[in-house]
Formats: sequence, C-alpha cells, structure tokens
Amino acid sequence: MSDLPLVRLAGVSKGFVKGKDAITIFDKLDLAIPAGDFVAVMGPSGSGKSTLLNLLGGIDRPDTGEVQVAGSRIDALSEGELSAWRAAHIGFVFQFYNLMPMLTAAQNVELPLLLTRLGKADRRRHVETALTIVNLADRAKHYPREMSGGQQQRVAIARAIVSDPELLLCDEPTGDLDRTSADEILGMLKALNRDLGKTIVMVTHDPAAARYARRTLHLDKGHFEEKELAA
Amino acid sequence: MLRQVLAVTRINLASIPQRFWLSLSTVVAVGLVVMVLLSFLSMAAGFRRTLASSGADDVAIALRAGARAEVNSVIGRDQVRLLEDAPGLVRDAQGKPVSSAELYLVVDGIKRSSQTKANLPLRGIGEQGAAVRQGIRITGGRMFAPGSNEVVVGKSLLREFEGFELGRTVRLASGNWTVVGIFEADGSVFESEIWADLPVVQSLFNRNNVFQTMRMRLTGPDALTQLVAYNDGDPRLKLEVKSEKDYFADQSSETSDLIQKLGWPLAIAMALGALAGALNTMYSSVASRSVEIATLRAIGFGGFPAFVGTLVESLLLAAIGGVLGALFAWLIFDGFSASTLGASFTQVVFSFRLTPGLIGQGIALALVVGLIGGLLPAIRAARMPIVQGLQG
Ligand SMILES: Nc1ncnc2c1ncn2[C@@H]1O[C@H](COP(=O)(O)OP(=O)(O)O)[C@@H](O)[C@H]1O
Ligand SMILES: [Mg+2]
Repeated sequence: MSDLPLVRLAGVSKGFVKGKDAITIFDKLDLAIPAGDFVAVMGPSGSGKSTLLNLLGGIDRPDTGEVQVAGSRIDALSEGELSAWRAAHIGFVFQFYNLMPMLTAAQNVELPLLLTRLGKADRRRHVETALTIVNLADRAKHYPREMSGGQQQRVAIARAIVSDPELLLCDEPTGDLDRTSADEILGMLKALNRDLGKTIVMVTHDPAAARYARRTLHLDKGHFEEKELAA
Repeated sequence: MLRQVLAVTRINLASIPQRFWLSLSTVVAVGLVVMVLLSFLSMAAGFRRTLASSGADDVAIALRAGARAEVNSVIGRDQVRLLEDAPGLVRDAQGKPVSSAELYLVVDGIKRSSQTKANLPLRGIGEQGAAVRQGIRITGGRMFAPGSNEVVVGKSLLREFEGFELGRTVRLASGNWTVVGIFEADGSVFESEIWADLPVVQSLFNRNNVFQTMRMRLTGPDALTQLVAYNDGDPRLKLEVKSEKDYFADQSSETSDLIQKLGWPLAIAMALGALAGALNTMYSSVASRSVEIATLRAIGFGGFPAFVGTLVESLLLAAIGGVLGALFAWLIFDGFSASTLGASFTQVVFSFRLTPGLIGQGIALALVVGLIGGLLPAIRAARMPIVQGLQG
C-alpha cells in the first residue's frame, strides 16, 4: 500500500434542492485515500454515502471544492472527458448488479472493452481472464436470469475489473445477497485488493462486510469518523 | 465510437420485447396511417391511369367551346359537315374521313355490389366509331348492326352492373335494346360504356340532328395544329379541338387531384395521432431503460450512443409499421376494382394501383413519424443525469 493518494477531496461541498428545501450533504469535506487501500464507508441511510461514491466516480459533480482521482481534477473535466476518464480508471459495482438482461455474462463483461482499441480476440481473452478471476469461466454463455444473485454480482465484478481500472467503487455490493453469497463476494473484493492492488471504496450497512476492508469511514452529518482495522 | 453506437443500439433493440405491447401499438398506429394514405393514393393513381390510357394523340376530339365534358357539349350537323372537310384527317379511298360524330347520353343502371341505381353512359357512335379508338376488340358476340336496336357493352360495365349479359334485352329510357356484343378497350374508360348506332339513338331519344362530339383520326399527331387552325379560322365552327389524350388528361386531373387532396390531409391528421403514440412509446422506452442507459454511461459510454439507439428503435418500429401498412394496402387494394363518378357524372370503373413510388411515399411518411417521435426521447436519453438514471 503506497502513500500516494489515489483519491483526494479538498473542501468539497454538495447539496441538493428538494422542492423548496435546500439540503446540504457535504460542507467543505476533505478526504484522502491512498492507492491500494480498501475503505468501507458506513453511515445512516441518507448520510451521503452514495453521493460520495458518485463524486469519486465522476458521475456527479461537487458544488464547490476539488475532486482529484487517479491524477485528474475530475471536477474540471467536460462530460465527454469524464466518460473517457471513467472508462479508463473506474469500475462500478452496484447493489442490484445492473447487468444487461439481454446479454450473456461474457457480453456483459465485454462492454467496457468496447470503449478501448482492443480487437475481438484480445477482448475475448480479457473477458475470459476476468470471468476466471471471479470463478465463472464456465458460465460465460449464461444470461443473467439463469444465474443466482451472487453469480450475477460476480459477473458485475468481472465487468468492473476487465479493463483494469485502478479504483473500484462498490455501492452496497452485498446489500441484496444472503450471508454465504455475500462472504464470497467480499472475499473476492479482498483478494482483488490484496493480490491485484485494486483500490476499493465500498459502501455498506453491514459491519460484517466492513470487516473485510482495511479501514472503515463512518459518515455522519457530512463528516468522517475513522476507525482503522488490522489488515 | 461506431463500436459504442452499435453495441448500445443492439442492447436497445434487444430490449424491445420487454415493451412488446406498447411497441406493437406504435407499429399498428403507423401501419394504419400508411394504409389509409396508400388507399387514397393508389385510388388516385388507378383513376389517372385508367383515364390516361383512354387517350390517343392522333385522334382529335371537337366539343362546343367552353364545354369541359361531353355531356355539356352540342355540335350541329353543319359543323359536323365542315369538320369532315378539314385538313389533316385520315381518309379512305372515297375520300371519306375516319371520324365519328357522337351522341352521349346518360341512362340508369343497377350496380351489382350495392343494388343501387347509378348513371351509365350510352354512346351513339358512327360507322367509324371503333376505328377512331385504340384497341377496341369484340370479345363476345358481334358489333351492333346499323339501324337496329342493338347495343354492345364494355366489359367493365358488364362486370359492375346488372343485366347486360350477352343476349339480354335491356330497357334504356323509352326503348328496348338487345345486347349483341361485349367489347374491350385496353382498360380505358370506354369499357364502362354502352354503344349503339348513332341514328337509332338520335331518333329514339328525340335528338335528331344533334351531336355532342366529333372524333377524327389524324394523319399523325402533328396534324392537330392544321386541324386547330382550320377550326379557328372558320367562324361557323369556333369549336374546341384537342387531342383525345389532352381531353382525358384534363378530365382525370380534377378527380385524381381531389382524391389526393382528401388523402394527404387525412393521412397527416392520423400521422399526428401516431406521432403522439410514438412519442409516448419512446418516452416510456427511455424511462424503462434508464438504469441500463445510466449504467452504460457510468461504465464510460457516451451520451451519443444512447441518442442513436433510441432513435433507431423509434425508426425501426415506424418502419415495421410502414412496411406492414404498405403490405396490407397492397393485399387489400392493389388491383381492387372500384367505380366512381367520372367527369360526366357517369360511372368510371378503374383499379387501384399501388406503385413502388407510392409505397415509397407511405414508408417515407412512416419514417418521418418515427424520426420526430424518437427525436425528443432520444435527446432525453442522451442528456439523462447518470445518478438519476441509476435510481431507476
Ligand atoms: N438527485 C438527488 N436529488 C435530490 N436529493 C438527492 C439526490 N440524490 C441524493 N439526494 C439526497 O441526498 C441525501 C444523500 O443521499 P445518498 O447519497 O443516496 O445517501 P446514502 O447512500 O447514504 O443513503 C439523501 O437525503 C437523498 O435524499
Ligand atoms: Mg445509498
């Protein structure tokens, strides 16, 4: 784990207007996450955990402040630049997997590679590798509806890592899974962090899930409280 | 970028079955629009063709000046004599012109389909009446004998009206007539007529020495100018002389224009309805695909592929509707025989004609509906904030 921060928030403020009310979620928030870290983010519902991930992943913008991720000031990028930046640096894992139902596992995993210059044969090789990492090489031709929730989430993880991004952003990745499947997914994330050096930020409600991370940030009323865990 | 667009379009199209009924309703709405449009246009085209094929350019027709149709025309015996001496006419060995002075009357008939009365044209023709027309062939029986109460009837008229079978006696106005022959006329308007000997018609209908038109075979299309100059130069004539082709073109343009003028506005009004349906379908498509669209955007896909995918879906649905509409129009209407009032308020029997050009117009209209109906939803798909889309 290097000391170089992969993620740096400086003075980030973010709020929403809901009807007549303006609500503030973050007020001058600072945060640094070094490359190679595995951070669990916990906190009450509505505390802004998802919003934080969205800011880090460049799918939402701060009202003020700087968001630096993987060497880019992403708050300053245009929409087009942000799309390309996400394709290169970020892998998302969602609570409900968000697979394309009409595509096979392999086709779902291939999607991020369509944004690269890789040819067909190279893409197939990368897809095979990613599916092997999540132990689903034998399910390449299956459709999401033919797989369990845990298997679908593993396909989603394969999709998130197939283009080899530095940062994985997981929003309650086990929120919809039973204990056994959840442990399988969390073990996989832990291995991705430990063996492949992926930096992971994972939002979770579940203290048992948080124990897989290197440290946990508690988000409440727009501020962090840190709790280090023995790795 | 092309790879992105293709992938997103494919995902988009593959999800259509999830919105099957809504998509089908758009297809049906667009299909109906195209069918209605094509029914009118093929009717107009069929009508125009029937009348156009009725005219030759080496036959001249003379009518009273200002009379647009035969029924409104009157020509006297002296004028007929003067025209027989005109230059530019084909003549036989005795120097007699190939011409036919004619009387055109309206009689009643009973339509087979509706069992209602409709107007039929009875034409008294001269000896050369068949010779001044294209492609007249007796297909059953024989020509009427001069001076007798005999008629020959066109085959379209026989098909659409009751009681004109070979050998039947028909009562037309005051007299009884025997059907002695059936004729064809190259699909022209004459196939909807009854023909009899001119002097017999003149006396039975009390029109002695009255004529309505004079048809003359010209030595060639160029001879028309000679004939017109002769007519214009004689104050006793001052008739309207034109080629038969021009005469029929004038007659048909009014009716076919009218049909088209009814057809397009109706189709466009319906197209607006279909457009509202298409917009609704495509907005729901974008809404139901919002998680997919946002997920792809989060992965790094641009907004443009989402735009194209949505537009292609809309165009595809409209195109399917257009093709089905054209197909049904073709199955139902192509060759469909109808009769309508011709310019002389008599029945003209004609067939609907669905040409490739008309089908092209129908499908073009469908695609316009698809394009407009897909454009705004496609823009919404491209501009949808990712975070909002992910929330479904
Ligand atoms: N697009 C939005 N528009 C308005 N309010 C929003 C939007 N996204 C999030 N919020 C609000 O911001 C707060 C934080 O949301 P979120 O980051 O999803 O919380 P968490 O993931 O911790 O439950 C919530 O009160 C939520 O209602
Ligand atoms: Mg959340």
